[in-house]
Amino acid sequence: MTAFLQVEGLQKYFPIGKNFLGRPTQVVKAVEDVSFATERGKTLGIVGESGCGKSTTARLLMDLSPPDQGRITIDGQAYGKGAGRKPITALRKRMQMVFQDSYASLNARLTIEESIAFGPKINGASDREASTKARDLLDRVGLDPDNFIRRYPHELSGGQRQRVNIARALAIDPEIVILDEAVSALDKSVQAQVLNLLADLKAEFDLTYLFISHDLNVVQYVSDDVIVMYLGQVVESGPAQAMYSTPAHPYTAALLSALPALHPKDRKTRAPLEGDPPNPISPPSGCRFHPRCPFAEPMCAETVPLLADIGGGRHVACHMRVPGSGYPDVRPIVTVAPSPTA
Amino acid sequence: MFLYICRRIVYTIPIALAVAVVCFSLVHLAPGDPLSAVIPADAPAEVVERIIQAYGMDRPLPVQFFAWLGRAVQGDLGFSVATGRPVTQEIGRALGYTFVLSLAAAAIGFLFGILFGTLAAFFQGRWSDKLVTGIALFGVSVPHYWLGLLLVIIFSVQLDWLPSLGGGSGSWINRARYLVLPAITMSFIPMGIVTRTVRSTVADLLGSEFVTSLRARGLGSSRIANHVAKNAAPTVLAVMGLQFGYLLGGSILVETVFSWPGTGYLLNTAIFQRDIPLLQGIILTLSMFFVALNLLVDLLQTLFDPRVRRN
Amino acid sequence: MQTTPKSANALKAADGGKIATKSRGYWATVWLSLSRDPISIVCASILVLLVLIAILAPAIAPYSPSQGAMVDRLLPIGSPGHPLGTDELGRDMLTRLMYGGRMSLLMGILPVFVAFAIGTSLGLMAGFFGGWVNTLVMRTTDVFFAFPAVLLAIAISGALGPGLGNSMFALTLVFIPPIARVAESVTTRVRLLDFVDAARASGANSLTIVRVHVFNNVMGVVFIYATSLVSVCMILAAGLSFLGLGVKPPTAEWGLMLNTLRQSIYVQPWVSVLPGFMIFTTSLCFNLLSDGLRGAMDLKR
Repeated sequence: MTAFLQVEGLQKYFPIGKNFLGRPTQVVKAVEDVSFATERGKTLGIVGESGCGKSTTARLLMDLSPPDQGRITIDGQAYGKGAGRKPITALRKRMQMVFQDSYASLNARLTIEESIAFGPKINGASDREASTKARDLLDRVGLDPDNFIRRYPHELSGGQRQRVNIARALAIDPEIVILDEAVSALDKSVQAQVLNLLADLKAEFDLTYLFISHDLNVVQYVSDDVIVMYLGQVVESGPAQAMYSTPAHPYTAALLSALPALHPKDRKTRAPLEGDPPNPISPPSGCRFHPRCPFAEPMCAETVPLLADIGGGRHVACHMRVPGSGYPDVRPIVTVAPSPTA
Repeated sequence: MFLYICRRIVYTIPIALAVAVVCFSLVHLAPGDPLSAVIPADAPAEVVERIIQAYGMDRPLPVQFFAWLGRAVQGDLGFSVATGRPVTQEIGRALGYTFVLSLAAAAIGFLFGILFGTLAAFFQGRWSDKLVTGIALFGVSVPHYWLGLLLVIIFSVQLDWLPSLGGGSGSWINRARYLVLPAITMSFIPMGIVTRTVRSTVADLLGSEFVTSLRARGLGSSRIANHVAKNAAPTVLAVMGLQFGYLLGGSILVETVFSWPGTGYLLNTAIFQRDIPLLQGIILTLSMFFVALNLLVDLLQTLFDPRVRRN
Repeated sequence: MQTTPKSANALKAADGGKIATKSRGYWATVWLSLSRDPISIVCASILVLLVLIAILAPAIAPYSPSQGAMVDRLLPIGSPGHPLGTDELGRDMLTRLMYGGRMSLLMGILPVFVAFAIGTSLGLMAGFFGGWVNTLVMRTTDVFFAFPAVLLAIAISGALGPGLGNSMFALTLVFIPPIARVAESVTTRVRLLDFVDAARASGANSLTIVRVHVFNNVMGVVFIYATSLVSVCMILAAGLSFLGLGVKPPTAEWGLMLNTLRQSIYVQPWVSVLPGFMIFTTSLCFNLLSDGLRGAMDLKR
């Protein structure tokens, strides 16, 4: 299988706390062995509670923090550490990102034009080309260039600012755009408008989206495929429709049952998820979800379940769903930090 | 907690060492021979050689530094070139005067600073607040040596109430009379800053939800004031500690105006007589006091407010 | 060329016509709000006036700053021909106060200006690159923070010996660490904002990011802080001259004039406090202007 975008074994541990020798005393396993793939022109949704590692995954892909391990392949070209691979930094020309905070992601001291033209300029465009590009893109995201091009971020509404951020991301002609909670901070009505705009832009520029959000409704609305993350690991992946109608992992089921039902017939038969996710510094043994799982058996606390194919392009990591999905011999939980590579 | 205190103390050692290096290098910043004050211009070459050897100036600088530091740690800062007395003895006498003056100035400055700051925080936006902000502004804008001169003109020259020069002698009352003017002058240095700090800290607290909830629970003003004081204490304490340090080390100008025989006055003398050992000794002593005071303030602050420790 | 998507046109319609307000740059906004603050305007006018007088002193001063007649020494304020009296050598006070502003303003502003340039660069580097650069710069400033500013200035210029250059050097050295510290903390805060990540993601190198994105966000805050230091520097500089560590006589400088006139407080007390009054006025104006600027720049982030 050679998908357009393929991510394999992405991993990032953050050291926290230092002892007298400056060695880390603990690590946060923010992203552990995360793999996924998507085709050109599709939207891949990434969902999970806050702190599950979705945003860290995005930052690793953009090389905003260097991954400890992992390989990224786009269109057959591999990126990452190792022979025959380009450095991840080279990915940046093909991949761009829109952040959640529309205000913090624009430099308050630059005009809209300067912010959008910055990317093209440092990638070799002349001032005139960059300026033309900025005007064109502003028009594409529904902001009248004559009216907006000389304005400053504080003069715009949240939705307008986020559209500027989208234009900025498109300014260096990426193939993939990561939308990290890009519409989460917007009002519901504005959210819908921006989502429609994103869909149109995707078709127009032949883009592939990685859509990161905690909002399951929005993810269902925009995504072709979805991966569900829990405490830095992927617990389920597959086509959006199938996953939303028949969730395979108990965690996915719990997340979905937390959504309000649209019809009284569909009312909840089980209590939604209780409590907060455990501390990622010392995650639970075995399946990380087992302390909150209504179906947990003793083996869930002992063996780490692996993602197993359950047909229809779907994968799930759960002993209860796929018996014997753990490692052949019980693998001890990794507690020692790998030598820092950064 | 205990570990934090230990770490904080250990962290002070390299700072103190670096401060010593700076004090030592000051002498070598100076143009010309540091011994020019001791050696007569017409001294024969071999005499010059002997003096240089006697002072150890022929050895490499690092060796000189550690020899100097080693002696300094044992309380030997050499001899004053001008008077021939041990530097520690000279400083010791002056330090007492500076300490008394700084303490008196701090007492006046802190008292009025806290008073004005609290008043301004309680009556925000009214004329009293404006007045107090004006006083604070005056405190940070006025050249205190000039203020000292003004006080001398008014209270010594015109009214002839108080003496203006020297440290006084004889009875306790007489000595105190000499202290009044320099202490009032110096008290303006911390007063402005303490007023500002108290005002902003207390104003923040009064506007916070924490105080609103206390009011909602029906606590009386005095109980609320008690809570506010407790929460404002760490910030205000830190500022006051630093300000006391500045008073100790920064009294030179005021001491010069009033000929108050403290360390500042002594430093002034040392500079103009090019009395290098004395100069080095004073600066080392004062800066070490400041380092120690910083440490003390930090530790006290931690004791009051555990959140500070995170920094 | 592709066409504008339908959703984009819908959004344009939703935005309505033009935004009513005129678009202004950040500094234009600051300037506008500053020009509406009466206190700032008064202080700025006084300072401009003082600077003009200092520059034009040779043309407008009634007498020579260094020549006086001993028969006219220590005349009171309001004497005929000498509206502000004369000093202990019979030189005209008005003239000397005019000339004195040249040195005093120079010694008050230039060290802060140089320290601003050096300190901001150091702080930007330390804040943006972090790691050992940060450790090196910040631990060095820690050492200088272990001295009270007054003591440090006096110690350095005392060790170097009296002179204009030496005292300016000492003052510059005193103001670099606090400015570097403020610049470092602001840079560290700005560095963590998303737009820096966005710039990095578009492929910019560190130097470009600092130049285009970090510098203009750090500059403002550090600039306000530096303006508040000018008043401190004025007082300190005049203080050095007052001790005899600054300029040498017979040069006119407010601090030095205060020192030499100190002997005359019993004869002409009010003439002898004039130079101090000038220092106070200038320092007060700088403080008020700095406060006004802080308020103006606070309006918008």
